[in-house]
Amino acid sequence: MIHGIGIVFLITSAITVAGALAAALLKNLIHCVLCLSITLAGLALLYLQLDAQFAGFAQILVYIGAVAILVVFAILLTRGAGIAEYRNVSSSWLVSLVIAAAIFALLAWAVIKSFPTTVAGASPGTTVQSIGSALMSTYVLPLEIVAVLLTVALIGAVIVAMPESGAAGKSIEKGGAQ
Amino acid sequence: MTPLAGFLIVAALVFAIGLAIALTRRNAILVLVGIELMLNAANLNLIAFWRFSLHAANSLTGMMFAIFSIAVAAAEAAVGLGLVIAYHRHTKTTDLDAMTRMKG
Repeated sequence: MIHGIGIVFLITSAITVAGALAAALLKNLIHCVLCLSITLAGLALLYLQLDAQFAGFAQILVYIGAVAILVVFAILLTRGAGIAEYRNVSSSWLVSLVIAAAIFALLAWAVIKSFPTTVAGASPGTTVQSIGSALMSTYVLPLEIVAVLLTVALIGAVIVAMPESGAAGKSIEKGGAQ
Repeated sequence: MTPLAGFLIVAALVFAIGLAIALTRRNAILVLVGIELMLNAANLNLIAFWRFSLHAANSLTGMMFAIFSIAVAAAEAAVGLGLVIAYHRHTKTTDLDAMTRMKG
């Protein structure tokens, strides 16, 4: 049961927001991604507090285990190329910050204005078994579509990132030599 | 402030920070990181609304939304990073201000 805003929620949300802020402000890209993984772990803890155990552990597996590592590899593969040390933010950073702050103000205003007295019901008692049977019965079509999407996207990512061979690669090398 | 409002405010903060990262940073990979943060904030909203709905005990809709969204976000990250690496191979830069042409 979730009765009110507890100390655990405050600590985990503080960790989450602090990690996101550090990812936004740090200069070293690797440090940014490490702070991003702290944020993702904090979000997983928030999922656990919301009685969504499966989503929380899937978050840890997929985001911290795969996406963060993938981003670190991409940074290491593209390191030292074109990132000017002296200027880390784009030229329109002030306008961008104003837009982000305005969107947060709008969202926060809408949230505070609504839901005056919402309390959580009893714990849903969702088990992995019920999730699995729901995935295989009610949600079988979305599951298949996501499976096809993942296959196509990963094969496509490999093809996009693969070095070109043959005539196309040679012409690009020539263009680079000029 | 009710518990649901607390979760929604945290999600709004993470979304705003992700938007700020995506709009202000110059590195293309960090822009992808910002997009991931925004997707995660949306996931937190979905799960919070599912938990505080009246039908949480006998309906899995909100959590299924979040799980499928996690899968789609993983595919998006893979394709985005593949594009950035391919661009870097051609032009030796990941600086968004220097990315002025897409033709190889």
